[in-house]
Amino acid sequence: MSAPTITTTRPEHSAPGSALTQRRSRPGELAFRLAMQACLLIAFGVLTALLAWVLVKGWNRLDSRLWTEMPTGLVSRLDTAGVQSALVGTLWIISLVAVICLPIGIFSAIYLEEYADSNRWYNRLLELNIQNLAGVPSIIFGILGLGIIARTLGLGFTVITAAIVLSLLVLPVVIIATREAIRAVPQSIRQASYALGATKWQTVSRQVLPSAVPGIATGSILALSRAIGEAAPLIVLGAVTFITFNPDGLDSRYTALPIQIYTFITRSQAEYAELAAGAIVLLLAIVLAMNSIAIFVRNRFEKRW
Amino acid sequence: MHPDREAYLVNRNVLSRRVLAGVALAALALAGCSNNAENDAAGGGKLSGEVKVDGSSTVAPLSEAAATFYGESQSGVNVSVGTSGTGGGFEKFCKGETDISDASRPIKDGEKKACEAAGIKYKELIVANDALTVVVSKENSWADCLTVDQLKKIWEPSSKVSNWNQVDPKFPNEPLKLFGPGTDSGTFDYFTDEINGEEGASRTDYTASENDNVVVQGVSGTKGGLGYFGFTYFEENADKLKALKIDGGAGCVEPSLKTAQENTYKPLSRPLFIYVSDAAVKKPQVSDFVTFYIERIDDIVKEAKYVPLTEPQKGTLKSEFDALKAAV
Repeated sequence: MSAPTITTTRPEHSAPGSALTQRRSRPGELAFRLAMQACLLIAFGVLTALLAWVLVKGWNRLDSRLWTEMPTGLVSRLDTAGVQSALVGTLWIISLVAVICLPIGIFSAIYLEEYADSNRWYNRLLELNIQNLAGVPSIIFGILGLGIIARTLGLGFTVITAAIVLSLLVLPVVIIATREAIRAVPQSIRQASYALGATKWQTVSRQVLPSAVPGIATGSILALSRAIGEAAPLIVLGAVTFITFNPDGLDSRYTALPIQIYTFITRSQAEYAELAAGAIVLLLAIVLAMNSIAIFVRNRFEKRW
Repeated sequence: MHPDREAYLVNRNVLSRRVLAGVALAALALAGCSNNAENDAAGGGKLSGEVKVDGSSTVAPLSEAAATFYGESQSGVNVSVGTSGTGGGFEKFCKGETDISDASRPIKDGEKKACEAAGIKYKELIVANDALTVVVSKENSWADCLTVDQLKKIWEPSSKVSNWNQVDPKFPNEPLKLFGPGTDSGTFDYFTDEINGEEGASRTDYTASENDNVVVQGVSGTKGGLGYFGFTYFEENADKLKALKIDGGAGCVEPSLKTAQENTYKPLSRPLFIYVSDAAVKKPQVSDFVTFYIERIDDIVKEAKYVPLTEPQKGTLKSEFDALKAAV
């Protein structure tokens, strides 16, 4: 933003020396370019190295045993063990988070963007708080969940407690992403809708929301991807580390993939490390699949104004 | 219908049929397993419900092994094991949130009060003995016994000891090479806690490996080598290594099954506990699980590689639990 303003307000200064500055900046430009490429290389290199490492380490375990078998408490039987209970636990939690978090998040965003008067102090306070909540460390949400949801409300160390806490954790992300998407819909669309006699609700539900779907979907799925990888709040919320049954209801005890991976890695036997690497690949595959859906939705439904 | 769409639908049908067949097969297999297990079970009806275990990660391998063995005969009972640590386990236990608490030390006064305040009565049961062994090479003719202070001098985080004559002036001028477990193991936590006074505090310039075999190879092949690991592992390799006696203040004590079980090999041996609450024992599935735990204790301890209980310890374990059952 600031760069163009400088050139437009002071054209007479930059014009005469422009040839000189251009020539002088060439080595700088090259260095800057190289620096950017180096950054990209570092980011990409680290990611590739990590992926390669878990793939190599978990190669022997990358088969159907991973999701068809339960964990075992016997080291001698680790080669026939899997992480089914953790996988199913993760799927339970993430589905519940979607059911709890998405409607609340999306409707809050619609309210804030379309209905709320941003000049009112309470709406501004609300906005400020949502921005702040997005930056609160996840362990804080875990402790809050332990005190209020698990103990005071008496929901205990169950699937539903985990889902509620993770929903609270990613709610600000969903709200912020949805607001951005709604804001990106041009004002002229709304005005045209009003001009044709549509009510506010008709405008929002038939014009604004459909146009904002790609942005909302992308933001929501990325938020869910974040929730799926969270381990810190679940540790506080009493996710167990050894369980040989799948959750069968909201009040069931559970474990999740990040927790299971963490426990496997702290064990000293090499078989556990191998199984952990396999589980990491499984978790990565889920997150990757979800992000691919987000990219697909965005490309498929994106509108250009 | 568009041919592509048709092909897609057909494919999808085939796919869903395959999935269904797979699910059905899996269900059959599961049913088959549980049927066999039922037949194997030594009498007793089919139980259901939950058994919630939480606490020390050192004791968890015992409870997990017990849960796995138990699942073979009582597949309807859902046993879950958490690893919140001994303290975290007691916190939940004294709120009535768990049935059994795994502990690598006895319950503290503060925790006792919390349990009392919540009206939770419990019984402490010793389920295994844990012991560590400090080993040197068979060629090491000078060292026979080390005091805890000498061990601390060697292993404390700021230690610069690199020669045996720095440990004790009477020892020869022989380079000291250290081997030990990595930071992830319970052995490391226990050793650092007892010797250096703080869990996890250790010098880091030693050959660390999660694989105990590396320690065995390293120490046995190095004249001035020194390392430590679980006692059961030393027993398996006693022909290659020499175990040092440890002086914890009451004279040199040799590590052995006997001294570990009698808890005289201090401070590197300790009992491991489970705590069972009165309220939990009233639930038939918890009572049955603990009974099973006690019956199969030898197999369980062997699986988790701890030092087994002595006959008197087993007798105490059984009578303590019987008393608990009779009281509720």
